[in-house]
Amino acid sequence: MGMELAGILRFLASFAIMASIYAIFSMGLNVHWGYTGLLNYGIAGFFAVGAYASALITTPMPTGVLADYVDQAIGLNQPFLVGVLGAAIAAGLVAALVGLLTLRLREGYLAISTIGIAETIRLFFNNEPWLANGPEGLIGLPRPLHGLVAPRYYNYIYLVIVLAFLGIIYVAVERGIRSPWGRVLRAIREDEVMASADGKNVFMFKLQSLILGAMIMGIAGALYAHYSAAIQPGVFTPLFGTFIIWTMLTLGGTGNNRGAILGAFLVWALWSWSTFFISKVVPSGFQTRAPFIRYVLIGLVLVIVLLRRPRGIMGEERQVSRF
Amino acid sequence: MPELIVYGIVLGSIIALGSVGLTLIWSITDLFNCAHGDQITAGAYFALLAGSLFSQLGFLQGKVGPFSFNWGVLLGFVPAILLSAGLAILIDRWVYRPLRRWGATSIVGFIASIGVAWVLRGLIYIIWGADFHFYSTGLRPMLFLPLGIKLRTDEIFIIVVAWAAVALVYLFLKRTKMGKALRALADNPPLARVAGIDTERMIVWAWAIAGTLIAIAGVLYGIETQLRPEMGWIFLLPLFAAIILGGQGSITGALAGGLVMGIAQQVSTAWLVPSYKPAVAFIIMILVLLFRPQGIFGRRRT
Repeated sequence: MGMELAGILRFLASFAIMASIYAIFSMGLNVHWGYTGLLNYGIAGFFAVGAYASALITTPMPTGVLADYVDQAIGLNQPFLVGVLGAAIAAGLVAALVGLLTLRLREGYLAISTIGIAETIRLFFNNEPWLANGPEGLIGLPRPLHGLVAPRYYNYIYLVIVLAFLGIIYVAVERGIRSPWGRVLRAIREDEVMASADGKNVFMFKLQSLILGAMIMGIAGALYAHYSAAIQPGVFTPLFGTFIIWTMLTLGGTGNNRGAILGAFLVWALWSWSTFFISKVVPSGFQTRAPFIRYVLIGLVLVIVLLRRPRGIMGEERQVSRF
Repeated sequence: MPELIVYGIVLGSIIALGSVGLTLIWSITDLFNCAHGDQITAGAYFALLAGSLFSQLGFLQGKVGPFSFNWGVLLGFVPAILLSAGLAILIDRWVYRPLRRWGATSIVGFIASIGVAWVLRGLIYIIWGADFHFYSTGLRPMLFLPLGIKLRTDEIFIIVVAWAAVALVYLFLKRTKMGKALRALADNPPLARVAGIDTERMIVWAWAIAGTLIAIAGVLYGIETQLRPEMGWIFLLPLFAAIILGGQGSITGALAGGLVMGIAQQVSTAWLVPSYKPAVAFIIMILVLLFRPQGIFGRRRT
């Protein structure tokens, strides 16, 4: 019985780690879409940039036999926190470039452009083996505070680390959004023309929002990379990297950070636990196709929420400025 | 190089079919339909279903003329078009029409269309599996043209059918009364309503036309390569790029834009790895958006 409980706890810990990482992504998207009205359909791109940046910063250059199999442009062998910082900076720089090119476009065009940017980033990592080992990707990313406890308890340590990041980012975004700066973002979302008539430089505020949200996504990407300890370009597909996060934010409540976190936990529970139930229910000849039932589920959740409860479970919070 | 251009025209004709439907829906309902690619996939699989039904019944198994596919697939165009148009109308009734009713912005429809795309793709994976499917096995007859161009007979069929379909839609929109009503609705919805045009009925017709073009594009792409559940999704970027290149709402623009995208993607393989093709489409699109947002072939809308 005791063993069984330990097993359940370990399962819950690994669930909570992934859900918390998705919650951070979801808050990043909330900065873009929830507060500023920027349609970022290319989350997967910032995810990839953050994950790869941290991987290249924290791993050493391959030596010996490994060097015959692994190519990477740099390998700085720095600690975990430097990697996370680097991930935030790299994602922010990419966002600045993307913003300069696309933020003046109509909102629909911005969405299409960001899909294209994410695909281009993924194809670039896939087709340029000198950069980060091409399709095979990088393995052996360092896990912070590894060795403190027995490997089978490591997930609890990592969960604490991820929750700390989640808490810090939550407080930071909440403070930012309640500041005069955050008020301008919401004014832009509601009426861009009015905001610029009030003398606000709409383009600059949008750019700052895009960079901030992307930095949050970059951090989440780094946290994912060090948790799985291995990354390949195949991870950063539109489903896992972008649209599952849109479903999370929409379900939880656009414009509400607690909603973003709630949505991430709910959708990730639906995704990871439905595998378990589906494999029990469907006939054995159908097992290879059964996982795709989850595609249908995610799509249906998104459409039904938009039709029946467009404000999500929590809805947007009333913002009262503290300044 | 001449060979790559010819392959580009084949690919571009299929892209043009998809983008004509996409631009029609965009200009009439103000919706960027992200499920368009997955609807193309569904169209291709509908013809596969029809073809296999015919051959299980034991008829229509002979090859069509010099082409690689049999009569079952050729006749399969009919059920594929009907199912695809029906699917498009149903999706509009269940998702986009309720959104229009309560006055949601077109962006909400755009986000919902992503959900629709996942549902469709999930269903295709569940029904047909992740494996590749082919309309026909066996030899694909080849023609040897001047300049060292090798072209499959199927590809001539693809070009002829695609261009004929686009020409028919063009004539329909220009010459018939309903076409005129559709163009009026695209141009100025409030004015069209005042003039007594039943907008919801026109939108149903627009989806029927788009669904028809979608099915034809899907089956032609299935004949050109093979059927797989992600086949339509990878089309989405080139489709959007083609209509942005062509200018919103312009049929001839979408046709020209589609051809440019097809040729640019194929010719790029002379220097780049073929898997970079979607990136080529995307970079052309960004350049157009930055320097000529009204499209290369479009005029500025006032």
